[in-house]
Amino acid sequence: MTITAIDCDVHPTCTGNDILLPYLDTYWRDSVEERGMGSLESAAYPPNAPITARPDFRGPNGYAATDAAQVTRQVCDRWGASHAILNCLYGVQLIYNEDIARAFARALNDWITKEWLDRDPRLRASIVIPMQNVEYAVDEIERCAPDKRFVQVLVLAMQETPLGRRHHWPIFAAAEKHGLPLGIHAGSNYRNPVTSLGWPTSYVEDYTSQAQGFQSQVASLITEGVFAKYPKLKVVLIESGVTWLPGFLWRFSKFWRGARTEVPWVDRSPSEIVRDNFRLTIQPFDSPSDPHDVERIVEHLRSDDMLLFSSDFPHWQFDGDERIPKGIPDGLRHKILVENPLATYDRLNGASLRESAS
Amino acid sequence: MARHVVAPVADIPPGHRKLVDVNGRAVVVFNLDGEFFALNNRCPHKGGSLCDGKQTGLVQSSEPGEYRYSRRGEIIRCPWHSWEFDIRTGQSWCDPQRLRVRRYPVSVEKGAQLVEGPYKAETFPVSVENAYVVVEA
Ligand code: FES
Repeated sequence: MTITAIDCDVHPTCTGNDILLPYLDTYWRDSVEERGMGSLESAAYPPNAPITARPDFRGPNGYAATDAAQVTRQVCDRWGASHAILNCLYGVQLIYNEDIARAFARALNDWITKEWLDRDPRLRASIVIPMQNVEYAVDEIERCAPDKRFVQVLVLAMQETPLGRRHHWPIFAAAEKHGLPLGIHAGSNYRNPVTSLGWPTSYVEDYTSQAQGFQSQVASLITEGVFAKYPKLKVVLIESGVTWLPGFLWRFSKFWRGARTEVPWVDRSPSEIVRDNFRLTIQPFDSPSDPHDVERIVEHLRSDDMLLFSSDFPHWQFDGDERIPKGIPDGLRHKILVENPLATYDRLNGASLRESAS
Repeated sequence: MARHVVAPVADIPPGHRKLVDVNGRAVVVFNLDGEFFALNNRCPHKGGSLCDGKQTGLVQSSEPGEYRYSRRGEIIRCPWHSWEFDIRTGQSWCDPQRLRVRRYPVSVEKGAQLVEGPYKAETFPVSVENAYVVVEA
């Protein structure tokens, strides 16, 4: 069967710790019950917030995307994606205790393997890593990497420290070694305020501020020299919005010209590095309402290789079936749907996908 | 192209620079350890006056965290937005192919030769026993 579209951002919903109990070892299983740890709900996607799930995607219990059949029915059968990459946002990153975080990250990845990947050959997934401890994070990458259905390493946009900082580098080394892009998804572990100004007081402020978080991570990864050290590492900005990028790059590249002596390993313009090493999923696009403006923004990216198809299911980014923003040039559609995802995710190799797309 | 006597060599000691006027054009002449270089004083970015910038070295790196510093004094940083230009070639560091400062050939001539030659625009007396910086522009 042909590869029609690869949906690069789909969210399986883990509704609570009870789901993960079978995947925790007995000590942690008992601890979850004894300590009354019900759920790792994050303020990033409160269950009832409209963004968390479109009303028509929600089941009777209010949740959406709680099992593989539900997801593939919408994403594959209705929208025609031949494959989808699962990015699970269950709040493992919120945990303070490193050992608990490790136990939950393992359980979550095992749950994804058994309850999702094993149930439908069209599904792929990102490895959720416990960022609380870099050594544990690397161990989790190593543990999951042999399963080629894991195609990416997933982290949140807002961390305890900027991602480019060198204590994170073992994670990038492991990701590069295994051909796994680093997927940075909107969200925060809420160790720092989600704006650089301090804590916002509303959800709209929080969600809007995510774009600033992404900008700071792009700047951090580049200026710290991550791509000088790991030139093959690809970074996918997921649910980041797209339209902020050109303006940000003009500013970043301009200041690099005058201040590049601080970071001499950045030996070419940040815009070029972004075009070579960064990719973005297209939902949300944050599109202007006029399709011509969308086309112009795509031109400003000055690359046809950067955008990856995503529905962001079940998050509410669009109505009806309009997964691709109006104004994306026709010639670019196939690249966004198929070619760019294939070029980004080394592990999505065309032949094996065709086999699994029956 | 005419040859212009712009200054006595003694006016621009090694490590120094001087802004001179060549036919109404502002040119900055650098002395790098006895070798002279002349650049248009106008920064190709927005026109900053290069002779007011800082002369510095070239910092490069083959690995994050490593700073390789060389060619001390051979880079001029524009005082306005700090872009770096190679004094020897006029090339910018940030975009060497497209962005460069115009450079002019410079030579040092003995006063004795100048007295006879087709030289222009001396605004100072030339004496036979001194040496002079000559810019071709
Ligand atoms: S004017 Fe010289 S760097 Fe801007």
